[in-house]
Amino acid sequence: MLNKNTNSYSLSHLKELEAEAIHIIREVAAEFENPVMLYSIGKDSSVMARLAEKAFYPGKVPFPLMHIDSKWKFREMIEFRDTYAKEKNWDLIVHYNKEGFESGVGPFTHGSKVHTDIMKTQALLAGLNKYKFDAAFGGARRDEEKSRAKERIFSFRDKFHQWDPKNQRPELWDIYNAKIHKGESIRVFPISNWTELDVWQYIRLEKIPIVPLYYAKERPMVNIDGTWIMADDDRMPKELRDRAEMKMVRFRTLGCYPLTGAVESSATTIEEIVEEMMTVTVSERTTRVIDFDQEASMEQKKREGYF
Amino acid sequence: MTTMTTMTTYTNNTNNPTGTERGGLDIKTFLDQDERKDLLRILTAGSVDDGKSTLIGRLMFDSKLIYEDQLAALERDSKRVGHAGEDIDYALLLDGLKAEREQGITIDVAYRYFSTNKRKFIIADCPGHEQYTRNMVTGASTANLAIILIDATKGVITQTRRHTYLVSLLGIKHVVLAVNKMDLVEFDQEVFNHICNDYRSFITQLNIPDVEFIPLSALKGDNVVEVSEKMHWYHGKSMLEFLETVHVSSDRNFEDFRYPVQYVNRPDRDFRGFAAKVASGIIKKGDPVMVLPSKKTSSVKSIVSYDGEIEKAFPPQSVTLTLKDEIDISRGEMIVHPDNLPHIERHFEAMLVWMDEKPMDSKTQFYIKHNTNTTKARIDYIRYKVDVNTLQKSEIERFELNEIGRVALTTVKPIFFDPYVKNRNTGSFVLIDPVSHNTCAVGMIIDKLDRENLATKYSPQELRDKIDKGQCLITTEERQKRYNQKGATIWITGLHGSGKNELAYLLEKELFELGANVVLLDGSTVRSGLSRELDFSPADRAEHLRRVAHIARILNDQEIITICSFVSPDENIRRQVAEIIGKERFVNVYMDATLEFSMKKKPELYKLAIEGKVDDLPGINSTYQKPENPDIVCNPEENGKNPVNIIDYLNREKIFPLQ
Ligand SMILES: Nc1nc2c(ncn2[C@@H]2O[C@H](COP(=O)(O)OP(=O)(O)O)[C@@H](O)[C@H]2O)c(=O)[nH]1
Repeated sequence: MLNKNTNSYSLSHLKELEAEAIHIIREVAAEFENPVMLYSIGKDSSVMARLAEKAFYPGKVPFPLMHIDSKWKFREMIEFRDTYAKEKNWDLIVHYNKEGFESGVGPFTHGSKVHTDIMKTQALLAGLNKYKFDAAFGGARRDEEKSRAKERIFSFRDKFHQWDPKNQRPELWDIYNAKIHKGESIRVFPISNWTELDVWQYIRLEKIPIVPLYYAKERPMVNIDGTWIMADDDRMPKELRDRAEMKMVRFRTLGCYPLTGAVESSATTIEEIVEEMMTVTVSERTTRVIDFDQEASMEQKKREGYF
Repeated sequence: MTTMTTMTTYTNNTNNPTGTERGGLDIKTFLDQDERKDLLRILTAGSVDDGKSTLIGRLMFDSKLIYEDQLAALERDSKRVGHAGEDIDYALLLDGLKAEREQGITIDVAYRYFSTNKRKFIIADCPGHEQYTRNMVTGASTANLAIILIDATKGVITQTRRHTYLVSLLGIKHVVLAVNKMDLVEFDQEVFNHICNDYRSFITQLNIPDVEFIPLSALKGDNVVEVSEKMHWYHGKSMLEFLETVHVSSDRNFEDFRYPVQYVNRPDRDFRGFAAKVASGIIKKGDPVMVLPSKKTSSVKSIVSYDGEIEKAFPPQSVTLTLKDEIDISRGEMIVHPDNLPHIERHFEAMLVWMDEKPMDSKTQFYIKHNTNTTKARIDYIRYKVDVNTLQKSEIERFELNEIGRVALTTVKPIFFDPYVKNRNTGSFVLIDPVSHNTCAVGMIIDKLDRENLATKYSPQELRDKIDKGQCLITTEERQKRYNQKGATIWITGLHGSGKNELAYLLEKELFELGANVVLLDGSTVRSGLSRELDFSPADRAEHLRRVAHIARILNDQEIITICSFVSPDENIRRQVAEIIGKERFVNVYMDATLEFSMKKKPELYKLAIEGKVDDLPGINSTYQKPENPDIVCNPEENGKNPVNIIDYLNREKIFPLQ
């Protein structure tokens, strides 16, 4: 079934997006001294990491992966991360906010806002500063959320890692401006132009391994204010854990387990996930609790340096 | 209203109208189809309130990519800042940044994504005001197609012209004129036709190959997804149908292979790969290639990708090439086919758009990024500025934000380019401010042969200064371009009667016919006036030739080619002549005739010399020194062929023709 818009010298949209992403990744490797790929262990990160492997094949990817560990990620995520990095021979950096961790910061005790700020945003900035990275890849997509629709692929950050939406560099054709002063940096979003469906499609075609939490399974779940939260470990307060019930659920996004709601689902294959995605009436991000904090919250976080 | 959604499409394809009991196989079919869709990048432009957001919102809404929770959020937002009363305000789906939302207008380029069962779409949604010209230019740079909105109650206005000019400047080949708000003019065909005619007469001066006109009502949905019942007189496609079927893949340049090396991949000693995105053209395994600027040649050993070796690569694929020979190539160099080279130059002209709040400073040495090549560049002069509203040209000293004009640039290292109209990827560049590192301007290179308005423009002060200093107001480059040649002197030496003059006259005629600008100087013309008082003694011969040399030099300085036919028997004097003219443009032709041959041609003259009635005749009573290193040696027996040999030489040396 040949699309009449395509001929033998025409690429499918996914191949075109792949070529664009590879170009972007190579451009960063060539122009920056010390790039890093931020790895969230989620499906978008997995796609991005595969694109990097493709970009430098048969060579090894010339930059490390960095995971900012908030110490509240799902246990399955951490397992997946370590196996994946080992199998693919990635140079993996795991960074976390030691002080925050030792003083017991967490969503149950400090609330989602404080926790996110200290264990995610602060930890990320400290990690970037520690290794003096001048470019950091992120797996964000423009279709995810409104404020991202206007962000560049090479997103300039000042010395404080802040983004100024009013003062973005013009970005034309496929020419990316990589000039920065010492201390400044660039966040790079090679899959900016991918949609959620594109990501799933790519995972399916490329057989990219993803954390099993994306697939539906019986899991111990607690209903907190209408959101299904998994009882992943004993740090969940006992009175909540006691309410846990086994539910067939999956996660549409992955993050800190107390802040990530599950959806009831029976989808155990990518095809079934896509099918649910196309019919289910809730968009991806609403299951990530931090979005409820305030209107335009993501934009606020981005200005502060979080993605 | 029937909505065309990804899901209904899917159920249509599987003959499952309920859409609720899809099995694994069906979704696989859907995904398999989805995988094969191609991508269309669209720019949308219109002035405020033409209904651009409404149209995009509806295209996206009806394509069901706006999930229901976003709709729920939308209803909340509408209550706060919406402008559409109780109805859903489609426009609100689109505005991203908070501050902008409060003002009710879109400010930066925002990218939107939606898909149908035929295609995927990326919309670059651009603000329309003149102060956002740079944003529109940004959005246009990657678009295949532009939708230009017109409010049917207003018709073609200044903004429409500006948007269309920008679209043509950025080389978008397909334009859809969306005549919106047809509901407000009672869906009247007359109104629509009138607007289309207005627009047609305007675009004839621009270079847009494909223009489509669609009447619609974004608000009511007429001709957006479905062809409207209310406009029976319209026989074309609905907007969505058109977007789904417009043919764009042949817009890419598949002729000229350009491979700007991005990254050299050397995992170990055995593998040396050159990674890049194919900018244009097609490369096949085994193809001969040339590397620029070194001009070293080799051939393609393999085209490597993670998914296995491939036989050929084409734009916009990102691949890795290995070559048969070990050639040192670094980032910024370009691999091409040896029989199809880009321009390799330090000087070129371009249309420039000023993107920075900070105005241009002509003294700045910018970074120029062109493909993967970064070097420094200076703006030599601004030929003119284009008023984006009227397309009038005017002279200016410097550019301010959003201004557009034609400039001449000089780079420190040569760049490898094609004109933008032929090749969007190798014809575009950005200028980066060396201090702020901002992308301060973007440019589109103009074809070198485009001679439109080429004369240099000087300010009145510069004019006075130059005239005072006795400097020409026409540059060497301008003269060379005009004449398509470089000034040079073809100095033909040989005995009297050797056939020099015959050669000189034949050569002059042939060059003239080929379009060259030539002046011929020979003994009889110069001696009859300029050198009238001089005789043939060695001293007077020297003075005579000195005068000739200075004339040739003045002419050569003005890029005129001179043909000088003089016996000039003395090697030393010829050397002095060459010094005066300039060795690099002195072409020494030796007419290699024997004395016997020459004597046969001019028996009287030689007879007189032999009889002692004429002094100082070279070959008889003075010496003729053969040139030590002539550039060209001519055989007088073959004077028919000699002019051709000399013309070949001029050609090889790029004296004439220059192009
Ligand atoms: N009558 C009518 N009104 C329209 C139409 N399209 C848009 N509008 C209205 O025009 C106004 C401006 O629309 P909007 O999409 O925000 O314009 P934008 O500034 O170009 O994005 C809104 O009040 C829309 O409801 C149309 O086809 N017919």
